[in-house]
Amino acid sequence: MSAHGITSRAHPLWLAYILHRLSGLALALFLPLHFLLLGQALRGEAALDQSLAFSDMFLVKIAEFGLVFLLAVHMFGGLRLMAMEFLPWSPSQKTLAAGATATSFLIAVLFFMKAI
Amino acid sequence: MTSETLNVTIDRGAAGLQDYAVPAYDNQTVLDVVSWVQQNADPTLSYRFACRVGMCGSCAMMVNGVPRWTCRTHISKVLDGNAVTIGPLRNLPVIKDLAVDMDPFFDKWVAAEGVHHGAMTRDDPIASLGDDHPEQSGADFGRECINCSICYAACDTVAGNPNYLGPAALQRAWNLLNDAKDEGRMAILEAVSGTGGCHNCHSMGSCTTYCPNELDPMSAIAGLKRETAKSFFKRGR
Repeated sequence: MSAHGITSRAHPLWLAYILHRLSGLALALFLPLHFLLLGQALRGEAALDQSLAFSDMFLVKIAEFGLVFLLAVHMFGGLRLMAMEFLPWSPSQKTLAAGATATSFLIAVLFFMKAI
Repeated sequence: MTSETLNVTIDRGAAGLQDYAVPAYDNQTVLDVVSWVQQNADPTLSYRFACRVGMCGSCAMMVNGVPRWTCRTHISKVLDGNAVTIGPLRNLPVIKDLAVDMDPFFDKWVAAEGVHHGAMTRDDPIASLGDDHPEQSGADFGRECINCSICYAACDTVAGNPNYLGPAALQRAWNLLNDAKDEGRMAILEAVSGTGGCHNCHSMGSCTTYCPNELDPMSAIAGLKRETAKSFFKRGR
């Protein structure tokens, strides 16, 4: 460890920053694959179905869970940043707003899962 | 205290990391430890301090990887076992040992238009603000900054972009932008919206986390982001 460097970054805002950055990078890496797969549709139904069969594999299902997680983290990370920088609210107002959003999201997801 | 001797490692630049055994006392700050080394072990050790009571902002150093006022940090708070590593403040050129060159930090203070823009002369009567200036409370924001450069050392954006004005200078600009007695609004907005300006900030919040005066430069910079964005859309620039 260099005495010159900083070692203690483990505070919530920095962790939120790095999570937002890394999820963005991972999504950017995923996008070309996503377009490649969708591009198979241009080569006809059979080619697309063949590629889509790949997504039935268990490991791919697990990876898809990760993908949805990355998307959610990145989207809420972005909303958090915009709220933090462009809404000059007090910290307690922000906590209330975040709590309200999380609660309504939870209710909406429960409703959605029941519907499907 | 687990031991009567502290293992102190000091980053001395080209001479590398050097270890010193320093006697432990009940009441001992990090600055006391550095002073003991200079007075008893190696008189060539260079470091900077003045007031020793957290008023002047000159004794900031990296202590176990965290920027701190050494005069207001009790050694028992930062000891890892009985060891501590002390280095010069991050993000600034080192002059020698623990003394850094603060010029880039103060130059950016001026570059961010952190200077008073007055409209009156010494012959005018002193303007009274009274109670009808609620926006003046915004000018009190960050008034307690003593330019110690802790926030500047804590900032990863400064580390990655040497042109970035940094948290302290931008907080000063936000202070003046809200000051009813300051006439430099356009100059300030111009200065903080350039290449090294407020929009470089990633809101990592290390400035606010480590400020020893519990100020909040991150929110000040967010304020500048809002004001520069508003002024951009109003003028269609």
